[in-house]
Amino acid sequence: MSDAPEVGRGVVTPLRVVIGLCLVAPFVAMLWVGSYDRTDPAFIGLPFFYWYQMLWVLISTVLTVTAYKLWQFDQRGRASRDASAASAASSGPSGSSKGGAAE
Amino acid sequence: MNDGVNGVALGVFIFFFLAVTVIGFLAARWRKAENEHSLDEWGLGGRSFGTWVTWFLLGGDLYTAYTFVAVPAAIYAAGASGFFAVPYTILVYPLVFTFLPRLWSVSHRHGYVTTSDFVRGRFGSKGLSLAVAVTGILATMPYIALQLVGIQAVLDVMGVGGGENTNWFVKDLPLLIAFGVLAAYTYSSGLRAPALIAFVKDALIYIVIAVAIIYIPIKLGGFDDIFASAGEKFAKAGAGGVIPAAGGQWTYATLALGSALALFMYPHSITATLSSRSREVIRRNTTILPLYSLMLGLLALLGFMAIADGITVKNGQLAIPQLFENMFPDWFAGVAFAAIGIGALVPAAIMSIAAANLFTRNIYKDFIKPDATPKQEAQVSKLVSLLVKVGALVFVLTMDKTVAINFQLLGGIWILQTFPALVGGLFTRWFHRWALLAGWAVGMVYGTLAAYGVASPTQAHFGGSSDDIPGIGEIGYIGLTAFVLNAVVTVVLTFVLRAAKAPEGVDETTADDYTVDVGAPGVEPELPPATAGTSH
Repeated sequence: MSDAPEVGRGVVTPLRVVIGLCLVAPFVAMLWVGSYDRTDPAFIGLPFFYWYQMLWVLISTVLTVTAYKLWQFDQRGRASRDASAASAASSGPSGSSKGGAAE
Repeated sequence: MNDGVNGVALGVFIFFFLAVTVIGFLAARWRKAENEHSLDEWGLGGRSFGTWVTWFLLGGDLYTAYTFVAVPAAIYAAGASGFFAVPYTILVYPLVFTFLPRLWSVSHRHGYVTTSDFVRGRFGSKGLSLAVAVTGILATMPYIALQLVGIQAVLDVMGVGGGENTNWFVKDLPLLIAFGVLAAYTYSSGLRAPALIAFVKDALIYIVIAVAIIYIPIKLGGFDDIFASAGEKFAKAGAGGVIPAAGGQWTYATLALGSALALFMYPHSITATLSSRSREVIRRNTTILPLYSLMLGLLALLGFMAIADGITVKNGQLAIPQLFENMFPDWFAGVAFAAIGIGALVPAAIMSIAAANLFTRNIYKDFIKPDATPKQEAQVSKLVSLLVKVGALVFVLTMDKTVAINFQLLGGIWILQTFPALVGGLFTRWFHRWALLAGWAVGMVYGTLAAYGVASPTQAHFGGSSDDIPGIGEIGYIGLTAFVLNAVVTVVLTFVLRAAKAPEGVDETTADDYTVDVGAPGVEPELPPATAGTSH
């Protein structure tokens, strides 16, 4: 019954593109093994291969935090929009009670 | 390594093990709920865990014998190619961030405890739900086996059992004892035991990591020397190296990606996620959990340090415990061994509970005894959690233990085949349930056969987890190849079945269910204990 796409949620905004990029970047960096498959330059004796990937732990953490903060911002915007929409159409989602009974 | 029993280390080790066991039993009383005999209560700890406990639980999944023993051992044996575990854990968090909040929401609205619950609700297919449940239970066993191998390695190095001259019973006795302790406290206290013990374990682990990472490299003359001697060893052996060979890039990348996609398919990962208090907690956790990856990277380097220390063991799993014994004073070696041992015990408990939940909810209740009482459910769960551990023991006793990381990778091959149904289902209802089932079957058969066909120097079958990728001509992780095959079959058959207007099954979820958070109507932050009995 719920084949319908998530109306209003699938909208692509610049903010969401940035969130997406933050989440995709680690995949590009880590799966492109050829970009870091070498020993030089070494750092405190660690070959490049190792410290580069560990550096990416930190980079990906920063990216995830950024995505999280932007996502929160996005949600707040949506919540205020939803609130005004909800007051117009007063009956909330019926899925909850129905879903519980179906269990 | 059997130069007698290391008494001091063993004493310290036993002390911590006993302490943990006592905590495990006491945990049964911790935040005791009204009805401890229901499955929700025993298996999910009432789902009342907040950020910190969830964080420790998830950490408990990551810091296992995999981190401490298997990954450094892989590096000890093969060099750089074992380091794929670091990109693997890096890639896990963007994935978690993207799809697990949706699973949390829909589960808390509909009372789903397992991935199979969700798949059945979403696709109205008992067959698909059964496939997911069976896969989850099967894939968990080798992962638990890896933990048992970790405990065994520690005991072996301490001089307890091990050795090739004794009969199998004496040799495996310590393993059986560790197994017994694990079984006993899981049986009596469910998820609460691992949650509480995780605090003790993580404290131990952080101390050991801090000391190992600073003290050992200094003692070995710095990373320059360490990598120089490692390079020499690999050059002499003519295999492995301190950076992956040109042909090894595909293997490296596919192992990392495949493992990352697999991790949060495992029943125990889902259990931990659903235990969190809100979907917000999950996203917040993804911002702090990567710290674990950094530790993993540093621990992985211990494999090179073992080489630099001149350790030569036939069984690579012993390299790190042996390094600790060589480097540390006896008492601290005992602390380190306890950290490894308990670090293997906690995830093994979490994994077996999760697998047991799957069986009870989605096989026992759906197919065997639909009118089971909550008490019966809890009893069956406890029994199955024991059987899953026995299954793991069988893996340990029959498969080659020298490349323990293969246990985890074998589990990954299987569990990855549930990805299209689960993650696909979280985002779209487009896939047809029969197509998903067919894709799953193809992936499982291909993955198992391919893994069966891989020989290693020590065993004829299941000797590794990488093979030729058909059509690309590179070596890659079998799990990922099987997954791609699975996805292709699913998509193609979905087109066919939709064209043929095959019946679709009822979807009991709504689009809104996937985005609600705690506080929204119908969302239970803590499901009441009686929930386990609502189905009858």
